[in-house]
Amino acid sequence: MSALSQRPQQSVVGLPLPHESAALHVTGQALYTDDLVMRTRDVLHAFPVQSPHAHARILSLKVKPAYDVPGVVRVLTGEDVPGVNDAGVKHDEPLFPDEVMFHGHAICWVLAETLEAARLGAAAVEVEYEPLPSLVTVREAIAAGNFQGTGRHLESGDVEAALAAAPHVFSGEFEFAGQEHFYLETNAALALVDEGGQIFVQSSTQHPSETQEIVAHVLGVASHAVTVQCLRMGGGFGGKEMQPHGFAAIAALGATLTGRPVRLRLNRTQDVTMTGKRHGFHSEWRAGFDDDGHLVALDATLTADGGWSLDLSEPVLARAMCHIDNAYWIPNVRVDGRIAKTNKTSQTAFRGFGGPQGMLVVEDLLGRCAPLLGYDAMELRRRNLYQPQHSTPYGQPVRHADRLEACWSEVLGTGGIERRKAEIDAFNVSHPDTKRAIAMTPVKFGISFNLTAFNQAGALVHVYKDGSVLINHGGTEMGQGLHTKMLQVAATCLGVPLSRVRLAPTRTDKVPNTSATAASSGADLNGAAIKNACEQIRERLEQVAAAKLGINPKDVRFVDGAVRGLTFDSETLSWDEVVLAAYFQRVQLWAAGFYRTEGLHWDANAMRGEPFKYFAYGVAAAEVEVDGFSGAYRLRQVDIVHDVGDSLSPLVDLGQIEGGFVQGAGWLTLEDLRWDESDGPHRGRLATQAASTYKLPSFSEMPEVFNVRLLEKAHEDGAVYGSKAVGEPPLMLAFSVREALRQAAAAFGPAGTSVELPSPATPEAVYWALDRARSTSHSGSDSRSHSREFVGPEGR
Amino acid sequence: MSTLQTLRAAAVKVNGEDTRLDGVPVHTTLLDWLRDRGLTGAKEGCAEGECGACSVLVARPGIDSATEWTAVNACLLPAAALDGQEIVTSEGLGSPAELHPVQEEMAVRGGSQCGFCTPGFVCSMAAEYYRPARTPCAGDHEHGPNGFDLHALSGNLCRCTGYRPIRDAAYALGVPEENDALATRRSSPPPPAPATRLAVDGSEFLRPASLDDVLGLLAERPEARIVAGSTDVGVEVNLRGVRAPLVVAVDRLAELREFAVGADEIRIGAALTLSELERMLGGRVPLLAQLFPQFASRLIRNGATIGGNLGTGSPIGDTPPALLALDASLVLASHRGERVVALADYFTGYRETLKAPDELIRAVLIPLPLAPMTAFHKIAKRRFDDISSVAVGYAVEVTDGLVSQARIGLGGVAATPLRARATEEALIGKPWTEFTVREAAAVMAAEGTPMDDHRASASYRSAMLGQSLLRFHAQQLSPEGVSA
Repeated sequence: MSALSQRPQQSVVGLPLPHESAALHVTGQALYTDDLVMRTRDVLHAFPVQSPHAHARILSLKVKPAYDVPGVVRVLTGEDVPGVNDAGVKHDEPLFPDEVMFHGHAICWVLAETLEAARLGAAAVEVEYEPLPSLVTVREAIAAGNFQGTGRHLESGDVEAALAAAPHVFSGEFEFAGQEHFYLETNAALALVDEGGQIFVQSSTQHPSETQEIVAHVLGVASHAVTVQCLRMGGGFGGKEMQPHGFAAIAALGATLTGRPVRLRLNRTQDVTMTGKRHGFHSEWRAGFDDDGHLVALDATLTADGGWSLDLSEPVLARAMCHIDNAYWIPNVRVDGRIAKTNKTSQTAFRGFGGPQGMLVVEDLLGRCAPLLGYDAMELRRRNLYQPQHSTPYGQPVRHADRLEACWSEVLGTGGIERRKAEIDAFNVSHPDTKRAIAMTPVKFGISFNLTAFNQAGALVHVYKDGSVLINHGGTEMGQGLHTKMLQVAATCLGVPLSRVRLAPTRTDKVPNTSATAASSGADLNGAAIKNACEQIRERLEQVAAAKLGINPKDVRFVDGAVRGLTFDSETLSWDEVVLAAYFQRVQLWAAGFYRTEGLHWDANAMRGEPFKYFAYGVAAAEVEVDGFSGAYRLRQVDIVHDVGDSLSPLVDLGQIEGGFVQGAGWLTLEDLRWDESDGPHRGRLATQAASTYKLPSFSEMPEVFNVRLLEKAHEDGAVYGSKAVGEPPLMLAFSVREALRQAAAAFGPAGTSVELPSPATPEAVYWALDRARSTSHSGSDSRSHSREFVGPEGR
Repeated sequence: MSTLQTLRAAAVKVNGEDTRLDGVPVHTTLLDWLRDRGLTGAKEGCAEGECGACSVLVARPGIDSATEWTAVNACLLPAAALDGQEIVTSEGLGSPAELHPVQEEMAVRGGSQCGFCTPGFVCSMAAEYYRPARTPCAGDHEHGPNGFDLHALSGNLCRCTGYRPIRDAAYALGVPEENDALATRRSSPPPPAPATRLAVDGSEFLRPASLDDVLGLLAERPEARIVAGSTDVGVEVNLRGVRAPLVVAVDRLAELREFAVGADEIRIGAALTLSELERMLGGRVPLLAQLFPQFASRLIRNGATIGGNLGTGSPIGDTPPALLALDASLVLASHRGERVVALADYFTGYRETLKAPDELIRAVLIPLPLAPMTAFHKIAKRRFDDISSVAVGYAVEVTDGLVSQARIGLGGVAATPLRARATEEALIGKPWTEFTVREAAAVMAAEGTPMDDHRASASYRSAMLGQSLLRFHAQQLSPEGVSA
């Protein structure tokens, strides 16, 4: 057991605590960025002018009419930028564009005394456009050869030889949709300038350090002149990793130019039409199986729909390629990846970060191929699970692969899966218009940023003379419970009650150069940094206490606010008196902590190495019921066993698993991004740009029975207090829902029907799938010939 | 800059404190008004009544008690419409040091993650907590053992939790304590709705005292924008920037809140909300009883009125297909008098109706007796809180094995709601058999002129018409064997 993972006897980590802000949440007292506006005097409100074209050159921009609107104070345009006119780190996202690249692109911003005046001012701005040809779909971009960034290639084994030798070879094509984050709190920033010219920006951001950098480069000032603070976010899900920077920069620019605080809060329509989403992908694949159902070769080309700029598309693509195996051993793999450039919002990070897209390709092909191979899909998946001696296609050993089997067996047992399958078979026989199905899918998800440099974190821990503790760290709170876990880590490491520890808001002037709170890494990285800081303080206090107790410093223990030796009869000092004594001895009572994840290496060009500290595992079983008249469905029961290591905070982890699962199910079954792909006047416009048209899961989509268990005996040696990351991996457990829908649709046809299912599998999509299966039954035609895209068995 | 033109100082009682409405612009929503006053617990998540993050409690006339705490979307209501009313926000329910029982359950069970939707959930949950008729029951997928109806939360979206802990919090709630002030408040009447006139910056909000006053006003200024629950107008204000110069509130007029079940007809006042109507009818019209839980969400049904749903003239409203099947008529009132028009004649084009600019829908008439076989089918992406792709209302009677009467109302398949006349003809006089129904289903699939949009394809809409009839037939044969 490593020092990092070892947990003391009476630890605060591991207790099932509610969210540290729960009492503030439920009473409406918790403050979000836009709640600060009424606490700030003389605030100006910002409103954008958005492009009505998917692609156009701006011929002229007349802002003067806006100044005729009462209350308008300033119109911000590209001419106002003293520094770099760019909102990103790739220098391909002009903050004020000359050429609009997507429908809804912000051209300039109006500042006014009221939001209403700003809105009317924006409506008064006159823009003359020259419309240009646009590419709206990934297929159009592929046909036009319009790609951006660096394409990647991942290869292991000999794919061609394996496909030539495989007794069963299939090929297919699968295009699937992205997902809108729909965090309940839209993007918001509030900027002001203090007496020394220092810019202070409160921002709803997952990446305060990068928000700071972008604000600094737009304003043409050094990073030390900008402080970014994030109290908390009303959800992030990756959507606030890159997107907030430009909005913070607009607010900061406005505050600098007017000398007044500037508030920029997007309304829902603006947020949905201006900010990036989960990437939709196009995929083409060939897969070979042996006679025992083992997947022996996979050849795939993945094309991510990147939207108008690069944003995080390259690392998203890399993670997709590294997760195309999901939890399955495939000895011969070749994956080509590329990023299409389209006239849409610039797609970005979203919980799973490409992993879900890669994994969806293999889960889809297994679901389609199982009936053609004559296998039950559940059995086919199980036989292909990684075993302990295996390595991934990029060369990383799959440590703890046995946990996949452990999760699988536990779901089978506790979920009563075999019994329920028999019940479902009987139900389906007696219900011609309603079918049920149950599907099980695994998850293996690599934890760490692919880019090794991001795997570092800092913390700042103060112990005051009265023994109270204040912690700062570089991570942000978006609802995932990071702050709760960090309080638990500090209390555990210092051996004090939780009530002695307070957490200060995330600010760039406390901990610099932080990584985004992303990649599920928040607790791993920041927890280890906090632990490091607390250990430094504890070691100093050990010296003080040892002298008072007359024992060896190595024998001093800190437990629940008491300080004593190892033996039961040891004299006991209070934490407070040791702290005070240390102060008078001029012992430093605060420390900066740091952590870098050890043992990572990654060659991005060769797509080889060990980019992940460990893998998170899980298995889900989902049972659905599908109505044959409409394709509508209900999620009857979900059983999950998920590996979070030794949980730091079980209630928080349970919430992440359940919430991630439902969000994943939303992506795969319900949430439907529709762009206008016609050649009409609204080409490129997002048709589903509001809550009334883009439907998130509501109460009616919650599993009626929802059983979630944490895998036991799951200590993770490489992470803080033996825990594992939990933010992203559970999202992909939702593949079980999609596969269950496929199987239920197939149950309307004859045995062995292979069903193609679009993603999202909306009721309409499920209806057409079951209708095809049903007509297969009526016509008696071969089940393999009905599909449009699925080529079916090839070769031998 | 602004003037307040009323003899009485307009004010709202917020969390027990009278708060002046002076100078509030007519189109300012209750949500923005509260937030400007520092009550930032209620949040804007969507500004169109879909997410419920802005939910607050309003003291409204009750059915099971004098006052009922009713949850509404603060983002849709003009603040001016609350003149004289009492509201409670999440801040008024409890404080971190003294949590309300609903807040306590939400907090300890992990019901909040990011917390942004939480104050709205708390208010919707509190309304159900205080529902006088909530009593323990056996429980099912949508009801807790404490009688908590999950539909109370159907208008609240959470992006973090996956809902399970919120459901568990709801189902763990007990009953209010003896001295609970909000529980006690239920036994005395809510404040009346005073006549209100607020004029700011050239726009006016009026709440006339009587129907005659409204009709007189409409005669003079037919451009006046009538609001009741403001669930449609509020969306236009927030999302489309519509700023009507004159807004006239009619939702509390006694003349529009009639309810009478006679021998020949049921008369329903146009300003009754769908929630009120659901409880007043108490299952007396099975077709409508099927419809209500599928109509938007409880938060919307608490504001939306039946007259409003017909007044908008939308082709995708949920009540028109049902009321067409029920052969309903409308009472239209103006200063010139009243007239009764059949709903089947009422819709004349896309969002166009027979209603003259100076007319108001006063009541809906449903003739009795009702047809013995009825159903309401709604096709949507989501079961709770969604808009129809296709909606179908059925009223069918079979006499001696032959279809003697068939009325089928359709929504979502044309520019207006319409009757499926060809299908009705294909059924009437025929034996009620699978053969007849299959033939008629083919006819029904060709009704209307459905189109492709983001909700559904035209071909799916057509297919759903035919499938709906097959399902209706199957349901009549074996109600248990077909999922709703």
